[in-house]
Amino acid sequence: MAEPLLSTRNLAKSFGGLTATDDLSLDVLPREVHAVIGPNGAGKTTLISQLSGELQPDAGSIFFDGQDITALPAWRRPHLGLTRSFQITSIFRDMSALQNVALAVQAHAGHSFRFWRPAAQDPELLEPAREALRQVGLQHRADVAAAALAHGEQRQLEIAMALATRPKLLLLDEPMAGMGPEESAKMVELLQKLKGTLAFLLVEHDMDAVFAVADRITVLVYGRAIATGRPEEIRGNENVRQAYLGEESLAV
Amino acid sequence: MRVDLRLLLILLVVACLALLPVAALLAEEPYWMRFWSRIMILGLAAAGLNLILGFGGLVSFGHAMYVAIGAYTVGALRHHGVEGGLPDILVALGASAGVGLLIGAICLRTSGIFFIMITLAFAQMTYFFFVSLEQYGGDDGMRIASGTQLGPLHLDDTLTLYYSAFLLLCGVIFLTWRLVNARFGMVIRGARSNEQRMAALGIPVFRYRLTAYVISAMICALAGVLLANLTLYISPAYTHWTRSGELLIMVILGGLGTLFGPVIGAIVLLQLEDLLAHITQHWQLFLGPILILVVLFARGGLLGLLAPRQVSQRPAEEIDG
Ligand SMILES: Nc1ncnc2c1ncn2[C@@H]1O[C@H](COP(=O)(O)OP(=O)(O)OP(=O)(O)O)[C@@H](O)[C@H]1O
Ligand SMILES: [Mg+2]
Repeated sequence: MAEPLLSTRNLAKSFGGLTATDDLSLDVLPREVHAVIGPNGAGKTTLISQLSGELQPDAGSIFFDGQDITALPAWRRPHLGLTRSFQITSIFRDMSALQNVALAVQAHAGHSFRFWRPAAQDPELLEPAREALRQVGLQHRADVAAAALAHGEQRQLEIAMALATRPKLLLLDEPMAGMGPEESAKMVELLQKLKGTLAFLLVEHDMDAVFAVADRITVLVYGRAIATGRPEEIRGNENVRQAYLGEESLAV
Repeated sequence: MRVDLRLLLILLVVACLALLPVAALLAEEPYWMRFWSRIMILGLAAAGLNLILGFGGLVSFGHAMYVAIGAYTVGALRHHGVEGGLPDILVALGASAGVGLLIGAICLRTSGIFFIMITLAFAQMTYFFFVSLEQYGGDDGMRIASGTQLGPLHLDDTLTLYYSAFLLLCGVIFLTWRLVNARFGMVIRGARSNEQRMAALGIPVFRYRLTAYVISAMICALAGVLLANLTLYISPAYTHWTRSGELLIMVILGGLGTLFGPVIGAIVLLQLEDLLAHITQHWQLFLGPILILVVLFARGGLLGLLAPRQVSQRPAEEIDG
């Protein structure tokens, strides 16, 4: 087995008496699409927030690309190639879609102590930004204020910003949440297209999407991984059946 | 072509400011120049504050402190027999940068209401620090023997001071325009809009905010140097919290995060104060409600009222108000 790109070892996090991450050890291989599924409140977002550095785990460690990043500040992690997206859309509402993505590009184009040249005319920022918008199918909305975009479009922008940081591993927190079927299909298509060029840790409730793109799936219940395996294995797993997946969704 | 009322107003104001001394000389009313110098000096300080308040979204309730530092620099240097202008300016810039770096580094660890309270606390500490400086007049303040002299320019000369304030104000607005639209400004504005996302994208906002804070402190200190030349007097009152409040009001009144808002705010606030003071002793009673109305009905400030509709659709690189 290849050296994992990301691994957590005995990760634990609780809020008061509530255990949100429970002795979690999980690997994401390079270029793998690793889905994390689980019922509401299973601790999926909490896991992503610890991987991205916004939450500090109570115990355990996180390794990325051969480096212990457990205590690394959140803003440094995207520079190693570890970027997250948000379940609840987190964009710069007062800026245009293009500016949102340009800022993501800027984050990885050296320092920003540049006081003179207008960023809005900087091809070094705009070209990659346009490219990221094109990838998610939002290029025709580049100049619209982010706040004025439709919900589904904001979700696409959310992904475009994360992509624009050129991650090795993208942590996607329910990218399809609130999308219509057409937009969801487009997102699955995008994931399939990107698959193989970078790794994903994909949190998603849409089981069709998960089973369509995932190489491996980890099932989280009460913060604990009850199973990890290839989609067929997860489908056939009795624990998973009982704990999470309804009979219908397994009949696919 | 649609006429942009904001642009018209701004051009009008700039033209009037440029020509006001001519009118004052013709009308033999040098007081006009002093009054409008004060407006521009406070407008300059407000423009400094706007950098972090309007563009950065950080409500500093202590920026009068940096104006006072600039003014006290002139007073202190003269008191100790240092003549000439360059030291005034260099020491004012250096002192405000140093103090700004230190205080900013502490305050910027907090946010929201805590940031407001801690900046206020530092300004109050500075107030009592100046009160305790007996050699500079303590509570009463101190007269300054002579103003700032830059080669042939005597800043305490009414006309010279007027145009120095005017040019400096124009310069700072131009600088702000470059700054907020450059990469640096995008970071400052992005952090105002969504700090969490900035970190998630890989941008360490603290260092950029601190830089913006220091720049804004230095602009205020320059305003302080000019203020000392206007009044030839320094007093701890310069750093009183009501002065910081006035600067905040100017920025909000004119329009947060607009380039010319602080100047418009300074003009309107000081004219309003002047006007109401003529009508009634209790002018502050009337000023309050007016400000509340502006905040309620003109959320973009006075310049926002004149802005073309659908501002939110405009890409922000067009910031020109
Ligand atoms: N900051 C917090 N403080 C207290 N409790 C929290 C906090 N964040 C999450 N929790 C709790 O931790 C548990 C896990 O939450 P988390 O958001 O990680 O779940 P999730 O798997 O992402 O759920 P969903 O599918 O609804 O997004 C929940 O019970 C939640 O209420
Ligand atoms: Mg979640």
